[in-house]
Amino acid sequence: MNISIAIERVSKRFGKKVVLHEIDLQIEEGRIYGFIGPSGAGKTTLVKMIVGMDMPDSGTIHVLNEKVPNLALLQEIGYMAQADALYAELTGKENLTFFASLYNLNKIEMKNRIAYAAELVNLTNELNKKVSAYSGGMKRRLSLAIALIQDPKILILDEPTVGIDPELRLSIWNELLRLKDEEGKTIIVTTHVMDEAEKCDFVAMVRDGVILTRGTPQELKTYYGAGNLDEVFLQAGRSHS
Amino acid sequence: MRIAALVKRICQQMLRDKRTLALLFVAPLIILTLMYFLFNGNTVDSKLAVVNVDYSLVNVLEEADINVKQYEKADKETIVEDELDGLLKMKKGKLELTLLNRDPTTSKALQVKVNQAVSLYTQSKRMDQHAASVKLPQKGIDTQYVYGNSETEFFDVLSPVLVGFFVFFFVFLISGIGLLKERTTGTLERMMSTPIRRWEIVTAYLIGFGIFAVIQTVIVVLFSIHVLDVVMVGSVWNVILINLLLALVALSLGTLLSTFAASEFQMVQFIPVVVIPQIFFAGILPLDGMADWLQALGKVMPIYYAAGALKGVMYQGLSLSEMSGNIFALVVFAIIFITLNIFALKKYRRL
Repeated sequence: MNISIAIERVSKRFGKKVVLHEIDLQIEEGRIYGFIGPSGAGKTTLVKMIVGMDMPDSGTIHVLNEKVPNLALLQEIGYMAQADALYAELTGKENLTFFASLYNLNKIEMKNRIAYAAELVNLTNELNKKVSAYSGGMKRRLSLAIALIQDPKILILDEPTVGIDPELRLSIWNELLRLKDEEGKTIIVTTHVMDEAEKCDFVAMVRDGVILTRGTPQELKTYYGAGNLDEVFLQAGRSHS
Repeated sequence: MRIAALVKRICQQMLRDKRTLALLFVAPLIILTLMYFLFNGNTVDSKLAVVNVDYSLVNVLEEADINVKQYEKADKETIVEDELDGLLKMKKGKLELTLLNRDPTTSKALQVKVNQAVSLYTQSKRMDQHAASVKLPQKGIDTQYVYGNSETEFFDVLSPVLVGFFVFFFVFLISGIGLLKERTTGTLERMMSTPIRRWEIVTAYLIGFGIFAVIQTVIVVLFSIHVLDVVMVGSVWNVILINLLLALVALSLGTLLSTFAASEFQMVQFIPVVVIPQIFFAGILPLDGMADWLQALGKVMPIYYAAGALKGVMYQGLSLSEMSGNIFALVVFAIIFITLNIFALKKYRRL
């Protein structure tokens, strides 16, 4: 297996507060990797560093064997931020077109990718509406569509399914699994919904800037003798402190 | 082309925001028109009461556009009761002037007029006595003007400054808030997660908002020349070019300062700090009389150079090469602010 993302001894502090402390992590190509933990655990800082939008104080991050930050690498990373960063005055389609052109897609590619991404998140019929008229869930879905627009090798999704109804959540997860299986994409997902974590190939439980424990959901449950990941998280937290 | 995509998006957003468009294109015209009427209003003739004054002096006073009223007796109370501006009394062979002085400017003007009339009167008296032995100029002085003519109004000198100021003010505000909105909604950060370069963002912003600044400049300049009939001796193209440079400075300064604002409200707080002081150094008030340190302060204000250049071209009819110092200063301002902008974006991504 190729290593898609390698994080080595990464630390980061904002002022006096330590956000991340000596994180080591290797993420294999074609896997879904879940970062699980409460808000303020440092998940968002970690994924931003992988994208290259935040710099570690110490340590290095390599993505696809290139050292981060690297401008060319951004073409291969689809990023969905925690907050919906959309232009409310523009329509869904104009938002998609704008971001597609930032990735230098040509006209035909752009048309196909917009159609595909909109179909995936079930927004095809709403594309010509202004985003200001979208509901919270629709905005979330549009953000996800934008993250997929340039057909990146790596998807980094920060809390992708917040505010999305269960049925659509299921279909999004099915699509993420399909993207992984058929197209070999590497996917990083942050979440605090444990049943979503069950669908990941690997999970890393993050709290207070350190990784409490990591492994496949099955390994973790066996190791801690727990019935579900919630219990694993609690037990790992206890044994750590 | 990423810059083109970004420019297109800025235009789409602006065109959907009708109120901002109105602010950009209509508001300056309304304010300019208002200023035009405010400064071109006719001055009301001053009313002066006279007591015991020689009738030929009254004639001279009336010729000086003073509304003279004869009284048998009058004092300070008469001035107030009859809504007069002043009182001229002959007391024991001496003239005594009492002024209402509610508004110092009209008082000063009246005082000057009365003084002139009196000296004219005494001169003519003396001439009568000397039986016109000396040849004196018969009529008034024939006045020539280096710039403008006898019809020149204060507004003609003021309007080049106003044109520049509006361009600066509105472009500063709209570009600053535009980029600020990108910061607060997270779209700037989102853009930074794409392979776009920092200078591409800054360039696109300059072009996108620059387009609207050009349109605004053209509208404001043409409106002042053709509708308000402002003196325009030099070339319109030079005026537009200078305003464009000023817009570039305003744009880059606005986007730069938006880095230090956390909300739209904080952006508006920059207006009294950054924009208003520039008016004082724009040439509305004469700079020569200011203290040295104030003059030095004026020289770090972009509007000082732009207003100087605009006045030079519009009113004095100077060419661009004669204004090269001012233009060079504006270019330097723009380069500094643009460079700082590119660095300010490092906050989001180091590359």
